[in-house]
Amino acid sequence: MKRFWKDLKGHYKYALYAAKSELKSEVANSYLNWIWWVLEPFCFMLIYSFIFGVVFNAKEQYFSVFIFVGLTAWDFFSRCLNQSVKLMKNNKSIVTKVYIPKFILLISKMFFNGYKMMIQFFIIAVMVIYFRIPITWNIIFIIPILITLFVVTFACMTHLMHYGVFVQDLANVVTIGLRMVFYMTGIFYNIEKRLPPKYIGLLMKANPMALILSSLRKCILYSQTPDMKWILIWCVIGIIVAAFGVRKIYKNENSYVKVI
Amino acid sequence: MEERKSAISVRNVCIDYKSLKSSSIKQSFFKLKKVEQEVFHAVRNVSFEVPEGQILGITGKNGSGKSTMLRAIAGIFSADSGEIDLHGHTISLLSIGVGFKNELSGRENIILSGMLLGFSKEFILEKMPEIIEFSGIGNFIDMPVRTYSSGMYSKLAFSITAILETEIMLIDEVLSVGDQKFRKKSYNKMKELISNRDRTVVIVSHSMTTLEDLCDQLIWMHDGEIIMYDKPEIVLPVYKDFMR
Repeated sequence: MKRFWKDLKGHYKYALYAAKSELKSEVANSYLNWIWWVLEPFCFMLIYSFIFGVVFNAKEQYFSVFIFVGLTAWDFFSRCLNQSVKLMKNNKSIVTKVYIPKFILLISKMFFNGYKMMIQFFIIAVMVIYFRIPITWNIIFIIPILITLFVVTFACMTHLMHYGVFVQDLANVVTIGLRMVFYMTGIFYNIEKRLPPKYIGLLMKANPMALILSSLRKCILYSQTPDMKWILIWCVIGIIVAAFGVRKIYKNENSYVKVI
Repeated sequence: MEERKSAISVRNVCIDYKSLKSSSIKQSFFKLKKVEQEVFHAVRNVSFEVPEGQILGITGKNGSGKSTMLRAIAGIFSADSGEIDLHGHTISLLSIGVGFKNELSGRENIILSGMLLGFSKEFILEKMPEIIEFSGIGNFIDMPVRTYSSGMYSKLAFSITAILETEIMLIDEVLSVGDQKFRKKSYNKMKELISNRDRTVVIVSHSMTTLEDLCDQLIWMHDGEIIMYDKPEIVLPVYKDFMR
């Protein structure tokens, strides 16, 4: 554990810079540059609002913002997870040539996706103003919720990265798994209204993403206090799982280089 | 020569590659019974000491464990048994293209690689002009690395590690980089770095002239074991005979 903090302190600057340069290299050759980071979720929001708002006749207050908040958090989660599976192989040129604590690569990826998420949150802020959504002190809960999101994401990433080295087709499994969680998270419908009551409790407690999403919406859109007890519980679970993941990575670090 | 503190101590180091092949899920389903693990010993029971300021050469045929040894010293692998002690020196493995990102300019890649090697950004920025000048790639430094020719790529990589000096340098076959002119330049730079009596260098090479000119001591490795460990004048003739 001590080693984790020491390594984090020693290398976070690299993680930050690597994330920055990755962002730069991503936009280096496109015409619209960083506008894509805004445009992409915005277009998806339009599509979903049309399909579910018009075709399936969903009736949520502030439906487009409702979807956008969901997409923002979900994009962060699924991007991080998808990218962590192949992380070691994609960074072969680094890991076979210098020693670097391997979880730093994960942190860097989180910075990378976190930055994109920030931009999307900025759009949410604009939309909140545009739709004149009333803001209350409940907005403060956004901080612990986001921390929980980071912790849970990091916990999943450590394990995925580890097994991604040894199991080649893990990426396929992750794609399917993520799609399943995607529908169970309620990006474009409200779990608490649409599902039969006996599933609601289960889904809201067992699926941290559903919990995080609905809590985010409650505190941003509907001026309600989210269920902080379960957010806290998931934060603690995330920390424990992440600690095991980091330990596993430390233990196997050296064999990664031999396999890839 | 006066007695010096040792910079690298390698004691009874063994490094194995278990056949830790990455597997697919289908394979692991069909092979639920324990797969016999083939163990390949890349380095067997190797011990040596390198005093501060010494230049050690390692040679041997392909696949004899030289690069594995070097990576273990650099801390990329840990040894399966035995220990490697660097006595607190900073170390860098000089090899081609550490963490280069193809879309980024040479300048940004210098900062990235430098930070990977553990230097602060300020220090790298300070050394930047020197690196660019040494690499001799001129205006291309602000172009994306993917537009570089393979020679320019290696030249940049070499310059980064050559200018950002560490106390111990591990060099893996990079002296054969670039055109005649750059090769000469890097060879001289190597000599200059080496002439600093505080710097410890380990070179892996097949080039007889490099080994003969630069090294104080030479290790000949074969199938993961040390066959000879002595002055180059003594080892080289025997090695040449063996390779014939």
